[in-house]
Amino acid sequence: MRQSELKTLSLLAIAFATTVFSCKPKNVSTTTSGDAAEKVYVAPGKYDEFYNFVSGGFSGQMTVYGIPSGRLFKVIPVFSVDPEKGYGYSEETKPMLNTSHGFVPWDDLHHIALSETDGIHDGRWAFANGNNTPRLARVDMKTFRTAEILEIPNSAGNHSSPFITENSEYVIAGTRFAVPMPDTDTDVPINTYKDNFKATISLISVDKESGKMNIAFQILLPGVDFDLARAGKGKSHGWFFVSCYNTERANTLLEVNSAKNDKDFIMAVNWKKAEEYVKAGKGIKKSVNYAHNTYDEHTHSATSVMEKEVIMLDPKDCPDMIYFMPCPKNPHGCDTDPTGEYIVGSGKLAAVIPVFSFTKMLDAIDKKTFEGNYAGIPVLKYDAVLHGEVKKPGLGPLHTEFDANGNAYTSMFVSSEVVKWRVSDLQVLDRVPTYYSVGHLSVPGGPTKKPWGKYLIAYNKITKDRYLPTGPELCQSAQLYDISGDKMKMILDFPTIGEPHYAEAIPADMVSKNSVKFFKIEESKHPYVTMGEKEAKVERKGNEVHVYMTAIRSHLTPDNIEGVKLGDIVYFHVTNLEQDWDVPHGFAIKGANNAELLVMPGETQTLAWKPEKVGVYPIYCTDFCSALHQEMQGYIRISAPNNNVPLHFSTGTNQPKFEEDKF
Amino acid sequence: MIAALVYACNPPAAENKTEGESATTQEAPAGGQEAVQDNDSQKDVVKIAVGSADHSTLVAALKQAELVTVLSNAGPFTVFAPTNDAFNKLPKGTVEDLMKPENKAKLQDILEYHVSVGVFKPEMFSDGQSINQANSKNISLSVKDGKIMVNNQANIVATIPAANGIIHVVDAVLLPPGN
Repeated sequence: MRQSELKTLSLLAIAFATTVFSCKPKNVSTTTSGDAAEKVYVAPGKYDEFYNFVSGGFSGQMTVYGIPSGRLFKVIPVFSVDPEKGYGYSEETKPMLNTSHGFVPWDDLHHIALSETDGIHDGRWAFANGNNTPRLARVDMKTFRTAEILEIPNSAGNHSSPFITENSEYVIAGTRFAVPMPDTDTDVPINTYKDNFKATISLISVDKESGKMNIAFQILLPGVDFDLARAGKGKSHGWFFVSCYNTERANTLLEVNSAKNDKDFIMAVNWKKAEEYVKAGKGIKKSVNYAHNTYDEHTHSATSVMEKEVIMLDPKDCPDMIYFMPCPKNPHGCDTDPTGEYIVGSGKLAAVIPVFSFTKMLDAIDKKTFEGNYAGIPVLKYDAVLHGEVKKPGLGPLHTEFDANGNAYTSMFVSSEVVKWRVSDLQVLDRVPTYYSVGHLSVPGGPTKKPWGKYLIAYNKITKDRYLPTGPELCQSAQLYDISGDKMKMILDFPTIGEPHYAEAIPADMVSKNSVKFFKIEESKHPYVTMGEKEAKVERKGNEVHVYMTAIRSHLTPDNIEGVKLGDIVYFHVTNLEQDWDVPHGFAIKGANNAELLVMPGETQTLAWKPEKVGVYPIYCTDFCSALHQEMQGYIRISAPNNNVPLHFSTGTNQPKFEEDKF
Repeated sequence: MIAALVYACNPPAAENKTEGESATTQEAPAGGQEAVQDNDSQKDVVKIAVGSADHSTLVAALKQAELVTVLSNAGPFTVFAPTNDAFNKLPKGTVEDLMKPENKAKLQDILEYHVSVGVFKPEMFSDGQSINQANSKNISLSVKDGKIMVNNQANIVATIPAANGIIHVVDAVLLPPGN
């Protein structure tokens, strides 16, 4: 072939390719890098670099993925019942979902905060917020289980939560909805919002050793909507920054009515000052009622305690504690950079991203450079606290994460892209599309003093044609970008559970080395533990029948139970006697109106069952445990109340009475 | 062709040889469950045998017969485990002969005759009981004055619970009928 022919062909090829691409510009081949497969491929038997703890949104749960593979490892039930694990169904876990409203089996989990020491991940706990019935949860990263749930009183939607300080001193819980405070008249017209509705933020202390949470104090604030927050770090340690919208204090059609003001606020909270006021007795004790639920890993049981009091600080009694920084147009994300100097406010409706300077803020406070006050709280002058604005970043900035090289990554919901910009000079460096309509972002270590970098994960709200369709309801998509070079490169697209909002990623070895394999049975303090098969028994207490049952490959003890009457409540306390990694046993009974139990080795869990009809009911192990799993079954006989069947239980001995019945 | 054969013979190892190191930091070891790094769990029947000085012949035979992975799996197993002395009671040269590669099938048959799928605790044995073993041949048990004997030949001299079953130490090697 001659040179000229070759040239013509190449040109044709290019023209053809261009035509095809321009018809469908978002074709995968134009947006992923050529070495993407190699970068995300984690070969069978190999491990991912990072754990990604992802909020489950309206699923109420937290999910754990591997990065870069995008493989789902676990769904951790937090605020919603999970019949697969018996969470919220077993007697041991029901108290976890107790609230001042009674048992609440669902919530909307939006944000994750991993515990930190010296501003760096320490791999101990993952905190999560319940957005609907205001709650805060702590997941133990050794067991990947919910260890504690704390209801937040004087709150009406815990959205601005659970962002954390650099030594996990406090987790914040700011209410999205303002409401009439419970200690005032709460039966008021909704359109008296401006007079009667108040908002609060709560600072929840975290015990350094146990992680146990406690509401240290609350701050009573004007009735704005608190949206998101970040703790200061490094030089700004001791402060919290909280985005506020609806400074118009509208109570209806917020879509229009909360978007009237040119600027809303980033609220700066000097929490060290607040601590001093609490110590000085400036707080007022408020009578409240909220549930505090803890799961004890020795008793394998949760307890729920109703707490009755919180300490409330009022800014009017506590000067120099709260300031407002004006921030354009309904700010959503409020993110502090790794140095703690810069605070990025993302006004959803703004055409710029304002970046505030902590040093300038302190200076403005010092010089009282105020433009006025809002409900008695000083409002700092915008220009006095501004580091600068990122110009023309895109449309609808929401959230910002950081790498270790002075760069920021902001999600743009309206223009459906991620924009990389330099914090020092606010120059836009790169932009990549997302598919579609990105919400939160996660860079491993992105919110800490030490971003691990390398990857950025975008969590999208709209999926449409990204995967094989599954009817009207589609999964949400996460997209993984390689950010190790100057340009962001999309390398993976993977489905998620529920609707992911915020997520955090942490180096795998910080977590994997602590992962619990099983519970030591000799350490069990469960009141109904059965330490061995010889201790298995059935006890009657009035109309309660307690079955102390054991499970081990491949039988239940007892597996034949008789003498239970209609009207009894049967409690199956199932102890898994295995002391071997990854050998759970399940337990189910026909017709039970709740769920199965899934019992980890060395653990005891209880299923309560009220039989409704006379008959013989099968029971069996639900988790394929061994070659004889299918043989791991038995029966419980329910007799009429007047049928005088003695209470009897056994395994292996309840043989036919007559020789001719044997075969 | 050679590669395909190698993979077919040893699939787990082949998978772990996959190239492309960039995305990973750690990896699970090659092999079956016997290679799982776990110093916390109760030991399985293989690990118990490996830890017993009296069972080095049995362990060597299990390795030669490629039964280590099987017996490291979920089970449940009852293993009748002959001691080194029990193997020594066989006619001179028998063990050496069985360990030859050409006799692997015979060795597997004999070792599988020592394994039941299911957990049989001593109190579950009865006089005259017959149990079908992993090689599909039956063993018979006699229980007299509390003493348990297998095939009228091997005494159960000790019983050790394991994570994936139970081990009965026996003082004679059980030979499948017809051998």
